Parts: sequence; C-alpha cells; structure tokens
Amino acid sequence: MPGMLKDTVKDKVVAILAEQAVLDPSEVPMEATLQDLGIDSLALVEAVFAIEEAFDIQVLFNANAPTDSEFDISTVATIVRAVENLIAAQK
Amino acid sequence: MTGRRVVITGQGAINALGASAAATAAAMREGVSGIVPLEFQDVERLQIAIGGQIRGYRPEDHFSRQELTLYDKFTQFGLLAAAEAMAQSGLVVTEALAERAGVILGTAGGGLQTQDENYRQVYEEGKNRVHPFVVPRLMNNAAASHVSMIHGLQGPSYTVATACSSSNHAMGQAFHLIRGGLADAIVTGGSESMLCFGGIKAWEGLRVMSKDGCRPFSANRNGMVQGEGAAVFVFEEYEHARARGAEILAEVAGFAMTSDASDIVMPSTRGAVRAMQGALRDAGLAPEAIGYINAHGTGTTANDRSECAAVREVFGAHADRLMISSTKSMHGHVIGGTGAVELVACLMALNEGVIAPTINYDAPDPECDLDVVPNTARRVEGVQAVMSNAFAFGGLNAVVIVKKLG
Repeated sequence: MPGMLKDTVKDKVVAILAEQAVLDPSEVPMEATLQDLGIDSLALVEAVFAIEEAFDIQVLFNANAPTDSEFDISTVATIVRAVENLIAAQK
Repeated sequence: MTGRRVVITGQGAINALGASAAATAAAMREGVSGIVPLEFQDVERLQIAIGGQIRGYRPEDHFSRQELTLYDKFTQFGLLAAAEAMAQSGLVVTEALAERAGVILGTAGGGLQTQDENYRQVYEEGKNRVHPFVVPRLMNNAAASHVSMIHGLQGPSYTVATACSSSNHAMGQAFHLIRGGLADAIVTGGSESMLCFGGIKAWEGLRVMSKDGCRPFSANRNGMVQGEGAAVFVFEEYEHARARGAEILAEVAGFAMTSDASDIVMPSTRGAVRAMQGALRDAGLAPEAIGYINAHGTGTTANDRSECAAVREVFGAHADRLMISSTKSMHGHVIGGTGAVELVACLMALNEGVIAPTINYDAPDPECDLDVVPNTARRVEGVQAVMSNAFAFGGLNAVVIVKKLG
C-alpha cells in the first residue's frame, strides 16, 4: 500500500511537470532538471500551485530564492521526494 | 524636446510613513520603517502577514457618512493627498482656469477593497443584494473624478493603470498635457489600497512577496512587501505659476516611457535602459547631471539585479558617483501610487539636500554594487536633478526627471 501511494505521488508530480513543459509524461526522466524540461520561473510557480492543489499540501516556496527553499527543485526526483516529505509531514 | 515649462507647486501624501508630504519626508529622513503586521478580516488565512499599512487611519475623521458610501479607500487617500497639494500650491481655480485644469491619477487596483467586501457578501455570506453605489465606488477613475469634482477641475481628467508604473505614467501624461499647451494645471500622482484579503491572496500566488521584510539591493532580499496610500502633486505651467507668485518646488525636466515587449513578469534590462536614456534625452541632460535616482527597487531578486545593470549601462562611470535608493524599504510597494510617493523623496533631495536611505540593508550583493545609501539618510549639497524609476509588470517602464528650477 505505501508503495502504491509512492507511485501515485511520483506519477502525479511527473504529470504536473509534463503539463508545464508541454511534454508527454514518458518524456520526463527523473534526473531531468527544470531547465532540461524548459520550465521557466513562471511555469514553476504554476507547477508548485498545481502540486499544492493535487496533494492538499502547502509548499513554502519563494520565487525570489527558488534554490534556497527547503523545497528542493534540483531535479524531478528531488521534487517528488520533497512532495512525499510534505505529505508525510502535513498529514 | 522643447515647449512650455512645467513646474510642481504643491505636494500631498498619505502612506504608512505619515499623513502628509512633510511627515512622509520626515520619516524618510529618519529611515523609519512603516512595515507592520497587517490587520484586516481573514488575515489569518494569509501566508504574507506584513505590509505598509497606514495605522490609526479612521475614514470618519476625514469624510462624512454620505461621502464614505461613495469613497473606496483608494479614493479617500487620493482626495486627502490632493487636498494637501492644492492647499500648498495656493492655486485658485477661477472660471477661466477650470477648463484648463484637470486630474490624472494612477492606480492599479482601483476600488479593490470595495470589490473584495462585496464579493465576500454575495459569495461567502450568500447575500442577494449589494449597496447601490458599488460600481461608482470601485471604478478605477473614481479617485480622479472625485478630485475633479471637489476642486472644480473641468479640463482633461483620467486614470492611468499600468501596474507599478501607473503614477509615473500619470505624471508623465500631466507633464505632456501642460508642455503641449492642452492644459495649464494638472493635479497628478497616484493612489492605491490593495491591503485586503483578496488583494494580498492574489499577490501571494505569485510567490514574489517577502514574509519578513523589504530589503532592496541587500544580498538577503527575498521579495517585495506591499504598501498603501497616495501622493498627489500640482503640476503647473511655469509662467502661470510665476505670474501668481507661487512657490515652485521643482521643475519637471523630462519623461520617457518604453515597453520591454518580452515577458509579462520578468523585467528586461534593455527596456529600463531605453526608458532612462529617453528621459535624459527629453530633459536635455547629460547622465552626469543626475545626482540621485529613486529606484524602482522592489526587493525582488530579479528587479534589483536588472535595475542595477541598467543604471550601470546608462550612467557608465557616473554610476559609481550617483546615489540610488529604494524608499519601498520604508513605505512598501504602493503599486499604482508608488512612483508618486517616491517623488516626495525626490523633492526632498532637491529642496532639503537629504537623500532618503534604503533601509534593511544587511549585506552587499555583487550584482547590486551601487551606492544604495544604506540604512541612514545622507545630507548632500548640490543635487540639481534627480530621476525616479518605475518598471511595471507587463514590461511597461516610466521614468521621470525633476530638477531645481534653473
């Protein structure tokens, strides 16, 4: 069951990022950076909003200092992990 | 560009730093912060809980009950600042002048508080009717219209809405109308009041707001902080002002506006460069003539970096000699009224020789390595001309230059 939840989180996050990048989810590798995907700052803000809506969590993210935030946006994988942590923490 | 000369003969202001232009300038001199915990309904549902909110403001101290049914807060602020400016100017609106005088004010949100309150009533509280004057209260031109009515100004009057550049654009338009001979006096500036639940909730979404303070140019800046208020000036044709023996606060020397035509939120250095160069050209001044720049300086990573790069490009070696500060650190970002409130600092630089500081400056940022007048106001002599920048979302830039009357 926890494994299933994990896949769901990953799939949903990938789907959200894919939508912003105008790509098919299958074209979003876990090691990709936002730059690789062509997600700019405005698209990132939208993606964070979509993540908050999808998982009913609050992401503390400031577009002024995106890399300083606890929400690690280095790659798709780190974003998925950050979302999983937030879901666990905010349950 | 040559034409009739335009001077400023009155100023008025109300914002988190004070309830008059003099009080605002005094607070700027002292480096006071007007940023406080926000107080309004549902503020506990916001992540951003600070702003340059005017404390102790009671509408009923200034307006009658009948007036308040028609005046959104942005109109109230505009009226108060306009009354102060008109009183200082001593301008008497005769029958002949009335048709040669108008009002041009900037605002971005207009009657946003009125919208917020009434949406709450119909959507959240399920009411099926709203006050009959909701429309005339919320319309963006309400402040300009009420100023024209109270002071009997029957010439060209309108509102300019270009987000954070609104009041600079408005004052530029006033300058153009008088210079071009279409008017002899224009009451101009801007007014804003977005400090309400819906107003801040919308800004929160962009994630460019700081939770803990406005620190322009400082390495640890993390976003903008919103303010509220208004500043209004009387712009007047020079000969007209001289003939009636008016005290002249400054001459409006030049103005330019450009569009980045690139991104809806990210500023472009190129657009800012073109606006500053255009204003210098319009004023017929060399870059070396500018002693002080009141920066747009929002405290976002992107704006401050881009603005400093633009200043370096326009001013070359002189960039290291001029002073540049962001008074938003003290009064917050007054959005559509911000350029007007900041012009108070520009007039203080010219008339009192005091440069308002950038407060909350903690650590230098190599990408903002200009003299940002950190934390403490500076007394200087011989500042003859100053520039005020406004670079709005949407890439719309408006730069004003004012100088001592030569």
